[in-house]
Amino acid sequence: MIELEHVSFEVNDEKEGKEIIHDVSFKIPDGQLIVITGPNGGGKSTLAKLIAGIEKPTSGKIWMDGKDITGWSVTERARAGIAYAFQQPVRFKGIRVLDLIRLAKGEKLAVSDACVYLSSVGLCARDYVNREVNASLSGGELKRIEIATVLAREGHLSIFDEPEAGIDLWSFKNLISVFEEMRQRIKDRSILIISHQERILNIADQIVVLRAGRLDAAGPKDEILPTLIGTSSASPDCRFQAPSGGETEC
Amino acid sequence: MLKLDEMQKKLLEEVADLHAVPEGAYNIRSNGKSIGRSSSAHIHITSKEDGSGIVVQIDPETKKESVHIPVVMTQTGLKEVVYNDFYIGKDADVVIVAGCGIDNCGNQDAQHDGIHRFFVDPGAKVKYVEKHYGSGEGKGKRILNPVTEVFLSENAYMEMEMVQIKGVDDTNRKTVAKLDAGSKLVVRERLMTHDEQNAVSTYDVVMDGAGSSADVVSRSVARDRSFQKFDAKLVGNAECSGHTECDSIIMDEGRILAVPGLEANHVDAALVHEAAIGKIAGEQIIKLMTLGLTESEAEEQIIKGFLN
Repeated sequence: MIELEHVSFEVNDEKEGKEIIHDVSFKIPDGQLIVITGPNGGGKSTLAKLIAGIEKPTSGKIWMDGKDITGWSVTERARAGIAYAFQQPVRFKGIRVLDLIRLAKGEKLAVSDACVYLSSVGLCARDYVNREVNASLSGGELKRIEIATVLAREGHLSIFDEPEAGIDLWSFKNLISVFEEMRQRIKDRSILIISHQERILNIADQIVVLRAGRLDAAGPKDEILPTLIGTSSASPDCRFQAPSGGETEC
Repeated sequence: MLKLDEMQKKLLEEVADLHAVPEGAYNIRSNGKSIGRSSSAHIHITSKEDGSGIVVQIDPETKKESVHIPVVMTQTGLKEVVYNDFYIGKDADVVIVAGCGIDNCGNQDAQHDGIHRFFVDPGAKVKYVEKHYGSGEGKGKRILNPVTEVFLSENAYMEMEMVQIKGVDDTNRKTVAKLDAGSKLVVRERLMTHDEQNAVSTYDVVMDGAGSSADVVSRSVARDRSFQKFDAKLVGNAECSGHTECDSIIMDEGRILAVPGLEANHVDAALVHEAAIGKIAGEQIIKLMTLGLTESEAEEQIIKGFLN
């Protein structure tokens, strides 16, 4: 279980300190899928980075199974089982998709095993496994590979920061089924998704609403979701870029 | 039977991926003299009459054969200049593996300057691999100054893979090429310098024939206090296409100077250059750290991928 205890995060904005996260406390119990939603700029991604160790809280504590991990580095948290999918995946010249999945898994996976992770995010593995994770991949392809690396990690806690951002409608539908499948075999692990898509909120066990850096609401999906319908925190009309350049609705 | 000591074996493995005496044609040069040579039915290796180097003659239509001509040096203070000529017959398709490894444990410089000339006949296809490697704890420098001259006849193709990853203190590489109609030159250079090393790489590629093309790409990493200069000039004298690219990672107190040069002397010459120098992006390191690598492991992984 991960627990955030009175976590605050401040950045130095020119001469003044600006607080992005204010005194946030909540728990991510094992075996649950938690979705963090809220208006843009509310601090959702920052919170995910604080849990992964990419940012360090200005005050407060982060606990993992009773251990204080507040001072742990990104590497230490990763080795303890925290996996993190970037909202905007990183490109690497010369590193192949296969290399990245092997690094994620932490062992020299057979090509066929690596392909399972790619197939589960809807990529034809054979076409991608030897490609470089570079600018030749589209944003949507890169996003799916990013999600595949987190699946390969089989982390104690898997964090996905806006997994739907930058992907097309088909991939989005596929993504929902990936999360549903993960949810089925979650057991003692947990999943944290940053999203304001209603379809993703709908598969959550619990929803956390973050507004202007403060915890606005937190609780079981059935309690929280009805209060969000029709707001920007639960967007039903997930608009995606159609190949023609127009928008399509799901 | 050719006998190699352990250091010779190690150097051969580094520069030519050789674990034993190669199959097919070869000439192995060690500390200033040939210690093993073999010609094949279609590839003939002979010494030049003046003793300044070798001539490699590849028969027309020779297909899927290779020739290895590695050089190893373990003697401190040795300086040599070697002139090797390669004649590749019409429509041949061959791989030539050169390379030089120096292990200098002494306090005097060890230097090998290989002057290679390639005369590639019409329709022939050559892959040329040249690796440089240095080792040894001595204060003497390991110096390599290769000069490569390439003459591509009509519709000939040459791919050059130039690799220098470790241990060479000082190198000044010059490559000159002249391309006839329909011929193509592809260069892939991979370079890493460290400590106080100095590496200069100069290309001068002249496309004289219609339909010729050149693609010269360098990927390099400069670490510690090393210096690199990449000077690539493409000249288009006919309807042709040329591309040159320098893509570099700079670290520590390393310095890199990229000097791309394009000269179009024909209205249908299409020439492009790209050059990018920068440090490793922080987000790349963080991404790999989220996979469980430490910062330094992430850095090494990024460099390894970049240079591979």
